Amino acid sequence: MEQFEKLYLYKRIVQAKLFIDHHYAEKIDLDNISDQACFSKFHFIRLFKSLYGRTPHNYLLKIRIERSRLLLSEGHCVFDVSLMTGFDSPTSFTAAFKKSVGEAPSRFKERQRTRQRNIRSNPFCVVPNCFAETHGWTKSQFLRGEI
Amino acid sequence: MITKLTHLCIYVLDQESAYDFYVNKLGFSVHTDAPMGAGARWLTVCPPEQPELEISLFLVTEGDIFDKETVKTMTALVKKGTFGAAVFTCHDLMATYEELEAKGVVFKKAPTREFYGFEALFVDDSGNWFSLSQLNA
Repeated sequence: MEQFEKLYLYKRIVQAKLFIDHHYAEKIDLDNISDQACFSKFHFIRLFKSLYGRTPHNYLLKIRIERSRLLLSEGHCVFDVSLMTGFDSPTSFTAAFKKSVGEAPSRFKERQRTRQRNIRSNPFCVVPNCFAETHGWTKSQFLRGEI
Repeated sequence: MITKLTHLCIYVLDQESAYDFYVNKLGFSVHTDAPMGAGARWLTVCPPEQPELEISLFLVTEGDIFDKETVKTMTALVKKGTFGAAVFTCHDLMATYEELEAKGVVFKKAPTREFYGFEALFVDDSGNWFSLSQLNA
């Protein structure tokens, strides 16, 4: 019986996490999530933290920052990324990003753009030669402009 | 002296589908996604807490080492589930199992107690299987 109760508890917390994963771009009210999971806010935060090592709020922030890194790498502008990842404003996004990643989003985007440019101009700088050879990608092909 | 493992490769049958599986279902992050000409692609992903380990999602395709016959054999073996590619660990196996199942990941072994902790086995979109373990503290 205890095992079933534990499993039921897991399911509810996991569903709450998946809710955050799917709705991070919206204005998520963590009170609503704990209500949906049928827990008191305090109990919910404690259980969530025991499973995922961080509070639901910190987890939401982590997901938003991870997603914003991807979007910036894809070339989206800082303003758009802040809106696409559920932040209140570009200012709050920039502050959170800087605190988490250690550099401003614009600087991060620029570094990613430079990296991608370097990879495009010479993909052999990131592909170990043994793997490249397995695929038949050779430096001579690259120098001939075939890659 | 060997210092550490930086790259390992998993043979996949479709890189786009593998991208979706490893990134959107398992939650791995993309390390490098480089076009290599003529539809070829160098794609590596990292487990969330191990950003320095690049797992290459390596397309089984003809090249200098894989001839047509080898590609055919490899494709059949991967699909058949011959290759157990790696062991992943997590902090809480039951929670991770519940989450991955909800995302559609197929498990061939539900969480089971073992001498070293708990273990489940899941299969990727190509057919490779992995151990997912929660080790004893």
